Amino acid sequence: MEAIDNVTGTINRISGPVVGVSGLDGARLHDMVLVGEAKLVGEVIRMSGQQATIQVYEETSGLKIGEPITGTGHPLVAHLGPGLMGQIFDGLQRPLNKLAEIEGDFLRKGVTEDSLPKDKKWKFTALVKEGDFIKPGNLLGEIPETQSITHRVLVPLQISGRVVEVHAGDLTLAQPVAMIEDATGKIIPIGMEHVWPVRSPRPYKRRLDLAEPLVTGKRVIDAFFPIPKGGSAIIPGGFGTGKTVIQQSLARWADVDVVVYVGCGERGNEMAEVLMELPELEDRVKGIPLINRTVLIANTSNMPVAAREASIYLGITIAEYYRDMGYDVLMLADSTSRWGEALREVSGRLEEIPGEEGYPAYLSSRLAEFYERAGHVDCLGNGEDKPYAGHREGSVSLVGAVSPPGGDFSDPITQSSMRIAGVFWALDYELSRKRHFPAINWIKSFSLVDLSRWFGDMVEEDFPKLVQEAKSLLGRENELLQVVQLIGQDALSDMEREVLVISKLLREDFLQQSSIQDVDTYCSLEKSYWMLKVILTYHQRAQSALDKGIDLSEITNLTVLQRIARMKEIPLEKSVPELKRLAGKINDVFDSLVSNWEAENV
Amino acid sequence: MSERLMNTKLATKEYRTLSQIKGPLVFVERVADVAYDEMVQIIDPDGHPRVGRVLEISGDMAVIQMFLGTEGLDISRTGVRFSGDVVRLKVSLSMLGRILNGMGEPIDGGPAIVPEKMEDINGSPINPAVRNEPREFIQTGISTIDGLNSLARGQKLPIFSGSGLPGNELAAQIASQARVLTEGKDSDEPFAVVFAAIGITHRESSFFIEHFRSSGALDRTIVFLNHADDPTIERIMTPRAALTTAEYLAFTHDLHVLVILTDMTNYCEALRELSVAREELPGRRGYPGYMYSDLASLYERAGRIKGKQGSVTQLILLSMPDDDITHPIPDLTGYITEGQIVLGRILNQKGVFPPVDVLPSLSRLMKEAIGEGHTREDHQSLADQIYSFYAEGRELEKLVAIIGETSLTEQDQRILNFSKSFEQKFVNQGNENRSIEQTLDLAWELLSEFPKESLKRIPEVLIEKYYKG
Repeated sequence: MEAIDNVTGTINRISGPVVGVSGLDGARLHDMVLVGEAKLVGEVIRMSGQQATIQVYEETSGLKIGEPITGTGHPLVAHLGPGLMGQIFDGLQRPLNKLAEIEGDFLRKGVTEDSLPKDKKWKFTALVKEGDFIKPGNLLGEIPETQSITHRVLVPLQISGRVVEVHAGDLTLAQPVAMIEDATGKIIPIGMEHVWPVRSPRPYKRRLDLAEPLVTGKRVIDAFFPIPKGGSAIIPGGFGTGKTVIQQSLARWADVDVVVYVGCGERGNEMAEVLMELPELEDRVKGIPLINRTVLIANTSNMPVAAREASIYLGITIAEYYRDMGYDVLMLADSTSRWGEALREVSGRLEEIPGEEGYPAYLSSRLAEFYERAGHVDCLGNGEDKPYAGHREGSVSLVGAVSPPGGDFSDPITQSSMRIAGVFWALDYELSRKRHFPAINWIKSFSLVDLSRWFGDMVEEDFPKLVQEAKSLLGRENELLQVVQLIGQDALSDMEREVLVISKLLREDFLQQSSIQDVDTYCSLEKSYWMLKVILTYHQRAQSALDKGIDLSEITNLTVLQRIARMKEIPLEKSVPELKRLAGKINDVFDSLVSNWEAENV
Repeated sequence: MSERLMNTKLATKEYRTLSQIKGPLVFVERVADVAYDEMVQIIDPDGHPRVGRVLEISGDMAVIQMFLGTEGLDISRTGVRFSGDVVRLKVSLSMLGRILNGMGEPIDGGPAIVPEKMEDINGSPINPAVRNEPREFIQTGISTIDGLNSLARGQKLPIFSGSGLPGNELAAQIASQARVLTEGKDSDEPFAVVFAAIGITHRESSFFIEHFRSSGALDRTIVFLNHADDPTIERIMTPRAALTTAEYLAFTHDLHVLVILTDMTNYCEALRELSVAREELPGRRGYPGYMYSDLASLYERAGRIKGKQGSVTQLILLSMPDDDITHPIPDLTGYITEGQIVLGRILNQKGVFPPVDVLPSLSRLMKEAIGEGHTREDHQSLADQIYSFYAEGRELEKLVAIIGETSLTEQDQRILNFSKSFEQKFVNQGNENRSIEQTLDLAWELLSEFPKESLKRIPEVLIEKYYKG
């Protein structure tokens, strides 16, 4: 994109982050502009005759009427290239560590700094040779970016032609890695870095089915409400219900290649926690510190409001960029409500007619556009890579936290997001008050994507059946508890009471999972399956024993119940054989219970 | 930029072009070279200056928000001077021990503050990359907080109170008892208390001052007073003045500063008043849509910074209107702060002090600040177990109220008894100052009424070590 020079206007109105300008001819809607003498970053959000309205992404205090506004001729862009991994950026992609070196502990406005380090040398290995014809999305070469990520350099959009020169070795971002001669005979240099407008989704060849789950290590998610790779999920919940803890846990244990974590309008101390923890924690499979696969974007609640929007789009653009290299990417946005509120605030200052709860009428279309950028795709250029024959399929999975006012899910952001996202993890005040974590309500939550085939094939054939059985037991418990609340336990039959006992086991010994204790913080699918199998084996045996006429108290006094309560503490590597033994033990115990009873009564 | 602003300051001229006075807002016409958020001096007809700031500029008209009310102003004789700079507060170490008004001017009859620095009252956000995670356990001496909702240095923790509930008493008790333990002993690091009274009554403020005096903390305390009968609009400034001072003491003079903000409900009401005067689109219950961001700009000024000795910890008091935790004020606060301590009216009626309802209470930073090396290895699982039993106990109480105790199992009965003795012994501690050891031991005492195998939340090794059978 070529910059149009000398597009300059004059400020004639200032109201918080919204600035009015006249004479900004030649600028287009959503163009990025530099506001005032401090050169604050802003974006054109409305045009009307000679008058344009700018949303400013930085604090506007000190700005004056009459100061100039300069157009940059391009929209707000993300700088994409090696050096993103392990970094922490603000919503405008300024590297926060670098800013701390330059301007100290507090953020000042109008400071610009290159998003990616310009002087660092990267070891580029070319995968094309002179004379090759290349098209957008083709693989040019590779760079070892971090211990866990090989950065794949792709041909940018709109460039195709014949490779006339290839550079390899230690190069900076300013140096081209290849020279291309296009159809008109023009020689075009291609570097490792390029820019991409954050509001435009990056292209791909085609969308693929969502058929594989994203394993998170949390039983309630993986077994009950799984999210597929390339899917989107929302986590609504009032304060203190554990949205952030779930997000952080996903950032740690999700089986993806890259994590983009966007802290949007949330707490500074929480970002500090993530920042201090990720270099210390290691990847479960490779043992490499997790920071090597993570990009952090921090726009805390006290940072400029309008930049919340920028931070969300920046995050998803970076996620798509790594998807295009053929990686599975997880983008976490905490919290999308703060972004929605920023839209509302700006909309209010624009004096637009408000929709529900004061949110602008375009709220749900904005949310839809955002969530639809998740997906499992066949990457552009896949199958054409020479000589590299690898397969480039990538995915972006999206998990957005939602903070409904008063924990009330009827709020417009929750409702609009729910319609689009395929997975809904409803967090519950009541559960969190009982310290039942993760406080995901099993009645209200859902996952619309059917992954039962994958679970049946890859874990155990009857896994989907067990999950269904467990869910219906918990649904039954809900009904029975309503009866108990009205007329007491005495009204229930022994069979029904047994359902209450089992449901309690399911809740406390399966669904509850600590994010703090080391042993239980990650649970494999195999361990989840066997835990469920143990509990439901007990249930089946108990029901048939009751059916024979055995007293409920004999069943609930079995000491094997205490071993069920300690299942979580079994270390992962020993869990499958131990749980199999436990299931066998349950069968033995019931066998002898039944035979003793029959000896006495028959 | 500051240099440029300084130059214009010399050339300050006085405008007499007021066009409208509306509530706390003054509209001035035909102005030039005015900056957004700039500090303004309004000279009233008697020649006395009052402070305000620029809220909006459109063409040659500026909207000014007054901090000391608009009473007595008129259109023709009132003058306006633009300062060329944002609102700044005089800050100095010598403010310790002083009593100031809500704008930071001394009202204790002592000498004027000699500033070491003039700080922007709005502050600047701490760069998230230099924040240090709060990990140092603060012992408040209160079991429900230390044991179940531990506070850490650099945290912001609100107390959700209600009319007639002893929120202020609890805050005062915490302020005088709070200490950081290093290797089990009191640390003698320098500390200070910044107390911001926002729209509270004279009775409440004298309670606090008397409390600081009797605990000997007054000369380490700075008091900012905006009483209920002071101008509402000054309340917008009071917490900002307090936090600007706190940041200065913490990050320039290496002090550990505890900021007490009471009562934030009054602040939010002032914010609403201002918003209505500006004819802004109201959000929930008439509060402005930007209240979340506005509150965040205050609360987020707590924390620690890498490489700096000092810290800012916030204790925020607010009254829940009609005890409603979903009201926008507690709701938005809870979304920003790192947990909340909720006071319960029923506990208060039972005579329990402090009446902390632990079920809706929470401290988000607890897990990092407790455990081995901080408090004790059994702390977290002990807290989890208590929560689990107490939550069950409260449900059983409801059930018993309907269907009686007859259908209860033995375990149910134990849980019911536990929940009663928990409230009476653990929560209800009066003015006693308990060490964390005492708190945890008391918890074991209560839990040892249960058979070992029902303590599902506690690992077996810890049960063996601490169970009092």
